[in-house]
Amino acid sequence: MRAIVLVRPKEGILDPQGAAVESALGHLGFAVSGARVGKVVDLEVDAADEAEARTQVEQMCERLLANPLIESYEIELHG
Amino acid sequence: MYPGSNDDHDALWALAALDAEAVPVWHDEPELPELDAVVLPGGFSYGDYLRCGAIARFSPATAAVRDFAEAGGLVLGICNGFQVLCEAGLLPGVLLRNESLRFVCRDVRLTVERDDLPFTERCIRGQRLVLPVKHGDGRWFAPPELVAELETNRQVVLRYAEPCNGSVADVAGVCNGRGNVMGLMPHPEHAVDPLLGSADGALILAALVDAARDRTILSI
Repeated sequence: MRAIVLVRPKEGILDPQGAAVESALGHLGFAVSGARVGKVVDLEVDAADEAEARTQVEQMCERLLANPLIESYEIELHG
Repeated sequence: MYPGSNDDHDALWALAALDAEAVPVWHDEPELPELDAVVLPGGFSYGDYLRCGAIARFSPATAAVRDFAEAGGLVLGICNGFQVLCEAGLLPGVLLRNESLRFVCRDVRLTVERDDLPFTERCIRGQRLVLPVKHGDGRWFAPPELVAELETNRQVVLRYAEPCNGSVADVAGVCNGRGNVMGLMPHPEHAVDPLLGSADGALILAALVDAARDRTILSI
């Protein structure tokens, strides 16, 4: 099963990369605000069903893919 | 020493210059040799992939360091070593990209907040130290409630006395609740001889060597 994990800086955490991207987009003439930079982790998970895959990927996020002090995560599963 | 560590030899050299018998331990060693203290060196373990220190935390040697620390052993993490200790949950907080997004590489002034730890017994509270920093991800962060708890427990050991990387509460170094594990972003091992611009790093490393030696004598 294909899993896509989105890892984001938590709300309220200073994200200088997001600020730099926002400023650069401004220089290109785009009127944007609230830019935040996170990461995407694509995975192929060996699991019997979606529930098992979700449990596994949640454990991966808790233990490695995200640091709960500073990051939140979202998991998308594709059969 | 992890793949990507690059201050390991400086740490070995500095400890040897302070009359310690320093031995390198490679990251895949599941057991530590008989040691009185552990120093986790700076660098870019595992390329800083994912987050700095995040992968090194799972090295067999890191598990051995955790056991050593839990048994009360002295552990000092410098720069990337500090990041590894935070990711491993042995020290509070996390190190993030510098606020400026620039790599900082210069001497900084620091204030000593604790002089009663095995790492700082050669310092005086309020003393100014000059140590070099060289990092892109040195902005220490913890949520406000954790910062308040650490301040109450006096776990902030060193603070920047000038703007450096945007760390919360100007934190440059912290210790665990028990005071046997400490991490700092500045590099004491690069400052053990006046020829290197500062010898203030020797105050920290020599205190560690003293404390480790005292423990050896006690255990004999």
